[in-house]
Amino acid sequence: MRDSQKEHISEQRRTGMRPLYLGFLLGGVMIFFFLNLMLGSVDIPVGDILKILIGGQTGHLAWQKIIINIRIPRALTAILAGSALSVGGLQMQTFFRNPLAGPSVLGITSGASLGVAIVMLAAGTITSIFAIQQLSALGSWIIVGAASLGSAAVLLLILLISLKVRDNVTLLIIGLMIGNITIAMVSIWQYFSQPEQIRDYLIWTFGSLGGVPLNRLWILAIAVIVGGIIAVGMSKSLNGLLLGENYARSMGIPVSSSRIWIIVSTSLLAGSVTAFCGPIGFVGIAVPHLTRSLLGTNDHRVLIPGTLLMGAMLMLVCDIVAQVPGSSTTLPISAITSLMGSPVVIWVIIKRKNLQASFS
Amino acid sequence: MSEQAIISTQDLKIGFHAQGAMKSAKVVAQQINVALHGGQVVCLLGPNGSGKSTLIRTLSGLHNPLGGAIKLVGKDLAQFSIRQTAREISTVLTDRLTVGNLSVYDLVSFGRSPYTGWFGSLTPKDNKIIEWAIESTAITPFIDRDVLHLSDGERQKVMIARALAQDTSAILLDEPTAHLDLPNRVEIIRLLRRLAHETQKGILLSTHELDLALKAADHLWLINMKGEVFTGTPEDLVLDGTFESVFEQDSFDFDRATGSFTLHRPTKEAIHLYGDDVAAFWTRRALEREGYIVTESNGTSLQVEVINKDGRFEWTLINENEEFSCLSVEELIQRLQEIAQVVGVD
Repeated sequence: MRDSQKEHISEQRRTGMRPLYLGFLLGGVMIFFFLNLMLGSVDIPVGDILKILIGGQTGHLAWQKIIINIRIPRALTAILAGSALSVGGLQMQTFFRNPLAGPSVLGITSGASLGVAIVMLAAGTITSIFAIQQLSALGSWIIVGAASLGSAAVLLLILLISLKVRDNVTLLIIGLMIGNITIAMVSIWQYFSQPEQIRDYLIWTFGSLGGVPLNRLWILAIAVIVGGIIAVGMSKSLNGLLLGENYARSMGIPVSSSRIWIIVSTSLLAGSVTAFCGPIGFVGIAVPHLTRSLLGTNDHRVLIPGTLLMGAMLMLVCDIVAQVPGSSTTLPISAITSLMGSPVVIWVIIKRKNLQASFS
Repeated sequence: MSEQAIISTQDLKIGFHAQGAMKSAKVVAQQINVALHGGQVVCLLGPNGSGKSTLIRTLSGLHNPLGGAIKLVGKDLAQFSIRQTAREISTVLTDRLTVGNLSVYDLVSFGRSPYTGWFGSLTPKDNKIIEWAIESTAITPFIDRDVLHLSDGERQKVMIARALAQDTSAILLDEPTAHLDLPNRVEIIRLLRRLAHETQKGILLSTHELDLALKAADHLWLINMKGEVFTGTPEDLVLDGTFESVFEQDSFDFDRATGSFTLHRPTKEAIHLYGDDVAAFWTRRALEREGYIVTESNGTSLQVEVINKDGRFEWTLINENEEFSCLSVEELIQRLQEIAQVVGVD
């Protein structure tokens, strides 16, 4: 009797309010997904949106086209990009045991940019990223592959350096420098390129959630889902790594192979999103911190789903802001995420006071 | 000690493999033949830089040996997978914990990693073992607290609970009492002793607390600066002089009579001290600090008698024919200094 009561207590302790919060987050994702569909330069009544969603017919064929071909792909891209970047950032923060780690800070995003720049700018005048994307599924794969390879290369380089450099702050600075080097290489490439190519590349760097057509979305979806599944599979390893590599190994975590899987997962997540949507900053750093504060835990078995939902929700919110409801303008998404994400990072630093002594 | 050792080594050689700027391997210690048995507390002692941490990390499989063999429950350690090793050996390292937003309960539960599935889900049996580990280390009052908000002593106990939850035959601890105040140090050592005897686990800890180790260890492993390892019962190692030789250093003397290290080299004459036991003990320390040699034999020109007068102590200092009565150690030392000055003037 006493034993079963004790088990019950520990069960409650482990889970607490977390299922409730995860439920809230899921609800938030659905609400903002729907809001995202409602907003746009064309006003479409809520009833008609619902009708289109459940597969019914409305009087306006144009409305149906707007919802199915533009707004749904855009909202789905936001969900995929938000969750992928956030989960990628979470893995980097745990892996490097650094609160400011994230795909964009450690140069992984700029690595992806370099990959895309090489493909776009080396391909000659005939192709641009949009030409490649519009061309075929294969073209999309080339961009995704180049971006993933670029981000993987930077991550591997940082990983090699991390074997020598044990200090997190030093490693972070090295990551920033590698990011700068890749940006410099892209600049040199641009210098020798045609203006039209540079323009295409520049537009790509603004970031856009609207550039992925429905028939190409599945490529992004597959990359993100595979990366996400690997991340979930790494939950236990990431938990062990919270205590550092030595403790992780002493608790039976295969650190060497986990290291590789975490890199593969983060490269897929950050690389594919960067390829399709351009470099979107700060989501990867800010969302994991927000989720930890909300859920009050660092247990990745809860934190990964939480971060995924939180990332999806906030990206939908950012996209709504970027579309400037009531106007026909659309602001660059990466500017909005940085505007909203940077204060979060500042808040984290102020709240923690001593960054060295505490992360996560 | 007839039963099989949990960990044993044959001519083990530890150190660092040649890597990068290092052209040749750096040998820290070799010819190590040690054994850790169940139910034992073994203290690993040695001067700074003698390789205590390297030995602990090598024995726990975190660091590759340079040569020789390590046997874990009779089998070669190299044949164990990381997961299998983690079921036999758990560790408490000096690595700093930088994680927050993690409850003590969750941290202890990570100790179940070598047994849980890919997702790390805990079974009722896992939870039962975690609860047991928490109760054994008396950390129940703060299982819900964030590990970031623990004191050094509490954190060390939590890390030991996590090692216990790992349900291993041996626990290896690298300086578990560093950074702790004396009561906490004693508490940790007591806890480890109790665990060793209750659970029949083999417990190895490295430490700088020589006197604590001498009192608490069933067995000592000593490493000197040359990388030689000596083992034995603490008392035997003290009596045969090994203990002294390992810590041989200028201005540092081991006193076999008291089992402690003396800070002070005698520079002055001998004093015969006798009288009340407790008062004599503390008086002796003061006299030794002043540089006197304190003896229990007669025949010195200086003599001190201390008596207990209804709970108040009185010292009588006899210098040849003079007698001084003192009411405190401070006064006694003042008198002695005055006598020394007179002698110095002569």
